[in-house]
Amino acid sequence: MVKDILKNYNSLYEQAINKLSSIFKDKVVIQVGDATCENSSGSLDVHDEIKKHILASQRKDVYLKKVGCTGRCSFEPIVTIIFPDKSIFSYKKVNRQIMHEIFVSHIQKGEILEKYLLCEPCKLIDHKTEIQKELEREPITHEFFEFYGNLPFYCSQSRIALRNCGVVDPTSLDEYIKFFGFKAMATLLEKNDVDWLIDQIKRSSLRGRGGAGFPTYKKWLFAISSKEKTKYIICNADEGDPGAFMDRSMLESDPFSIIEGMVIAGFAIGAKKGFFYIRAEYPLAVKRIKEAIEECRKNNILGKKILGSNFEFDLEIRLGAGAFVCGEETALIHSIEGERGQPSVRPPYPAVKGLWGKPTVINNVETLANLPVILSIGGDKFFNIGTKNSGGTKVFAVSGKIKYTGLVEVPLGTTIREIVFDICGGVPNGKKIKAVQTGGPSGGCIPEHLMDTKIDYETLKDIYSVMGSGGLIVLDEDDCMVSIAKYFMSFCQDESCGKCVPCREGTFRMLEILKRITEGKGVLDDLEKLERLALLLKKASLCGLGRTASNPILSTLKYFKDEYISHIKDKKCIAKKCAALIKYEIDPDKCVGCGVCARHCPVKCISGEIKKTHEINQNICIKCGKCFEVCRFNAVKRI
Amino acid sequence: MKKVKLKIDGKEIIVNSNMTIMEAAQTVGIHIPRLCYHPHLSIEGACRVCIVQVKGYEYFITSCSFKVEDNMEVETNSPEVRQARRDIVELILDNHPRECQICERDTMCELQKLAYSLGIRERYFEGERKRYKLEDSSKAVIRNPEKCILCGRCVRVCSEIQGVYNLSQHYRGFSTIVTPAFSANMDDSVCIQCGQCINVCPTAAFLEKKHTDRVWEALNDKNKYVVVQTAPSIRAAIGEDFEYPPGTDCTGKMITAFKKLGFDAVFDTNIGADFTIVEESNELINRLKDKKKLPLITSCSPGWINFMEKFYPELIENTSSCKSPMSMVSTLTKTYYSKKINRDPKDIFVVAIMPCVAKKFEMDRKELMLDNIKLTDAVLTTREATWMIKSYGIDFKRLEDGEFDSPLGESTGAGDIFGTTGGVMEATLRTAAEVITGKILKDEDIEFREVRAVEGRREREVIIEDIKLSVAIANGLVNAKYILDKVVKKEKEFHVIEIMACPGGCIGGGGQPYPNDPYIFLDTNLLAKRAKVLYSIDKKKKYRTSKDNPSIKKIYEEFLEKPGSNIAKKLLHTRYSPKYPRGIR
Repeated sequence: MVKDILKNYNSLYEQAINKLSSIFKDKVVIQVGDATCENSSGSLDVHDEIKKHILASQRKDVYLKKVGCTGRCSFEPIVTIIFPDKSIFSYKKVNRQIMHEIFVSHIQKGEILEKYLLCEPCKLIDHKTEIQKELEREPITHEFFEFYGNLPFYCSQSRIALRNCGVVDPTSLDEYIKFFGFKAMATLLEKNDVDWLIDQIKRSSLRGRGGAGFPTYKKWLFAISSKEKTKYIICNADEGDPGAFMDRSMLESDPFSIIEGMVIAGFAIGAKKGFFYIRAEYPLAVKRIKEAIEECRKNNILGKKILGSNFEFDLEIRLGAGAFVCGEETALIHSIEGERGQPSVRPPYPAVKGLWGKPTVINNVETLANLPVILSIGGDKFFNIGTKNSGGTKVFAVSGKIKYTGLVEVPLGTTIREIVFDICGGVPNGKKIKAVQTGGPSGGCIPEHLMDTKIDYETLKDIYSVMGSGGLIVLDEDDCMVSIAKYFMSFCQDESCGKCVPCREGTFRMLEILKRITEGKGVLDDLEKLERLALLLKKASLCGLGRTASNPILSTLKYFKDEYISHIKDKKCIAKKCAALIKYEIDPDKCVGCGVCARHCPVKCISGEIKKTHEINQNICIKCGKCFEVCRFNAVKRI
Repeated sequence: MKKVKLKIDGKEIIVNSNMTIMEAAQTVGIHIPRLCYHPHLSIEGACRVCIVQVKGYEYFITSCSFKVEDNMEVETNSPEVRQARRDIVELILDNHPRECQICERDTMCELQKLAYSLGIRERYFEGERKRYKLEDSSKAVIRNPEKCILCGRCVRVCSEIQGVYNLSQHYRGFSTIVTPAFSANMDDSVCIQCGQCINVCPTAAFLEKKHTDRVWEALNDKNKYVVVQTAPSIRAAIGEDFEYPPGTDCTGKMITAFKKLGFDAVFDTNIGADFTIVEESNELINRLKDKKKLPLITSCSPGWINFMEKFYPELIENTSSCKSPMSMVSTLTKTYYSKKINRDPKDIFVVAIMPCVAKKFEMDRKELMLDNIKLTDAVLTTREATWMIKSYGIDFKRLEDGEFDSPLGESTGAGDIFGTTGGVMEATLRTAAEVITGKILKDEDIEFREVRAVEGRREREVIIEDIKLSVAIANGLVNAKYILDKVVKKEKEFHVIEIMACPGGCIGGGGQPYPNDPYIFLDTNLLAKRAKVLYSIDKKKKYRTSKDNPSIKKIYEEFLEKPGSNIAKKLLHTRYSPKYPRGIR
């Protein structure tokens, strides 16, 4: 009986290997990214173009394969070509024209087009620890580094949760199995030992990647200790932070690993049923998961007697209707139940009384993606990657004023500076970095002098920020910190469910005050009001949204108070962002009277004869900055 | 029960482990301020006013929801907590109209009292405020969303106590508003006008539609003969508005007060109740004989009638066709009595003092028009009546006891107990038992104590000689649903069912006085005290079976012939029709 499970798995594995090797044998494989991000930058066109070329050239040895997203957003669409001799080439920002060139020159004639290469191959970055290097050799994670490990953006990462993203075809179960997918699950089912599982997760020190960082095994234990027979496991894929997209990427690029994680978590707590709660704004992710669930059901990976074991588990998808607060556990549960998506007081915690009153564990997508790896490599090894408080890696979605935007997975304990400068190339255009905003609307702004902080749940909290789900926005000298705080506050105010007073009323008042300040109408007393409200929200709100909504204000007040004061006292915005506090003027010494500014001005407030100095009528000017942008002589000044 | 030892404000106490911090604090005399909390409703935890500081917790804890734990150290009044509480109530006030002086709940407003007790004397964070129009489409319940503080009590009472699910929060954040589904008007909604939302609302976001103006006008009109009738439960509750403790019988003073207000005659709705019983018992006996249309369901609660027409139209046949006692008295005033005093019914103005908000809807029903004359011209809730008395400068406490006017002022004890849950049932049983057996009930048999209780629903067996009657009583429509579903699914057979829309019956009606401290709405202690008044009046009455009422005998003799006669059917009975809410079925 017990041996059957692994035997069943092995036959699945062999099937997959045979099937794939017959497909890929002696073939030139062209991998094109197919995820929401890739599609929006034009990968579907590229895909189309390749198909045409294959048809036209009648090359039977060229195989076109869809893969997920590699996380390098700024260079998408990325096309990777793998020759039968295992040489690998990746091209960046491919469009129809470039694809044509690549096909004609590289694939047909073997001439590498260096100008389009994703990046120069390089040596592996040497600050990797032994543990990281060892990890890269593990079968379950090594494939990514084989593909991309010689490229600087990738080689300094540690890909665990994102191990298959950009490697496997997300629609193919065989490919996932080929990279030892579902092996961890099969091993677990064969062992049939929850204690072993819990022990491994405990050793790994895995903490919830949704942001709060609650130890995963503890959450499970709450549900395990319940005597209720019906229990549920939910995958929280209601990713809503502005600038965060790692969950989407994982769901789209590697759906099977999340499903494997769900089966493992379901086994842990004894749930027979799991739910994917995915926001409806992620149609491709929903489609991928849906197809993957079907595929798993066909292959006895979901359903009754999984792989011949006595374990029964099935999955369903529920769509989120676009409320940020539904990422909060109790609100999410209400949403699945068909109630108004607003949080309720805890205790009772969902792990005790959750979905339809039954014990429910809610895990984040990234948490689940980590589970198969932990079981494969062992909890201890996983723990060694991270810090003493939390094991493993964390995926960050890096955006803002940064050279290479995209998804970056690094060991916990990596410094912010390493992510921003070493991996993502630093701030472009020679500007100076001002701060890094982590944790989305619940996070804070970390100033330049704290950039050497080692990222961990606690350390970030100490500097008035949070890990959050992993958004990381880089701000440079052109960013006004008051405006940033205002932006996040307007997000929270808009997304507040309206249930508890501090969040409903408090966010609105704070936004009013911030608006006042950025419009130059603030008074010093406003800062005290802001602080009082911010602390009230932090301590008295009902749910996590309210409790963290004031973090952007608290952190900017702490590190950038001078900017607030200059807005209020001097009526000046240092970054020259706040429209009400700046004005545009034309420098008579530099103006050549070309008239470009006047032609572009949307309100026609610039006057002057050709070849003579122009002038801006301040009463009409709406401060859109168009004249500033179009002037080629730097004659328009922003004051 | 496991005991737990904890410290509250430095004082060590031992309490049951199933208590919340709020309840535990109460045991040592600490009243933690609260707003959205209501002991009879589920825990919302939305207002955050009841926060306390618990050692080891980063955040403040809501004491209404958090259970006590061993070795817990709670501070209910630390400077930080007091500041936070004040800030929270200040934030509520900043989004609340500044019109306390002209607000109908001035001095009776929980928010106002709370703000005062927390010491809020300025508005620190004031800015933009929400603006909504008054929604007065309904004939009974009006909504003022501007004054709503979103505590969610109305939403909970509407779903958890009444099972109507009409109200819910819509939109989110600062734009959150409590409305019926699809932001419909109250008139277009499934609202049954019971008015329980008015009772539980801490502010004036829900109020009854005022009829006081038209009453003043009628009283000042020399050509009008203005008659007032008072429902059984008014006398048991009105005293609370004049500083009497709950449970004080104020029948006499109430009558004098109305006479002082200038009403030409003060009648008792109780006689309507007696008529209802006589007619209804007749209906019951006929149905028992034919074994048809059973169970018979009572029809005196207009909230229930609205509920039935909207949610259980299949039970129209079962519902007694008797008009409500109020409408019976109004009918008789404008027919029998008008002939008696030789006045044109059009010149008679009937005011009904009711514990009920739904009666304001009932009086406008088309089925209740008689020859194009409206039978009841105004319905005042107990609260409105109190206000009129106070506004007239009447010193209620010093009034002499008055007597109801004849002939529609004479009633039996069976009429009095109509005001409490189980009362209609008991009154029906008294008359039915005498008619069925043909014997007069002895004093010790006249009280059917098995149907008296405070629970929301009860199923009983009553034996009258060789007849075994299976009866059910429900108050609060969630309880009614429970019993009616059994009837609809044919799970159990009943003979008679009494349903009152409001918890406790009319004594807990939507128009009753706002309770004084320490009582609150839905408080079983308060309801029991009001019920006790009615039972003690019943006990003192000369006649305790409706059919023995001399006035009734006389009126049947002179005017209505006999119970169930054609004229009685025309005047004392009505009909119902399904009223499917928009979008349902």
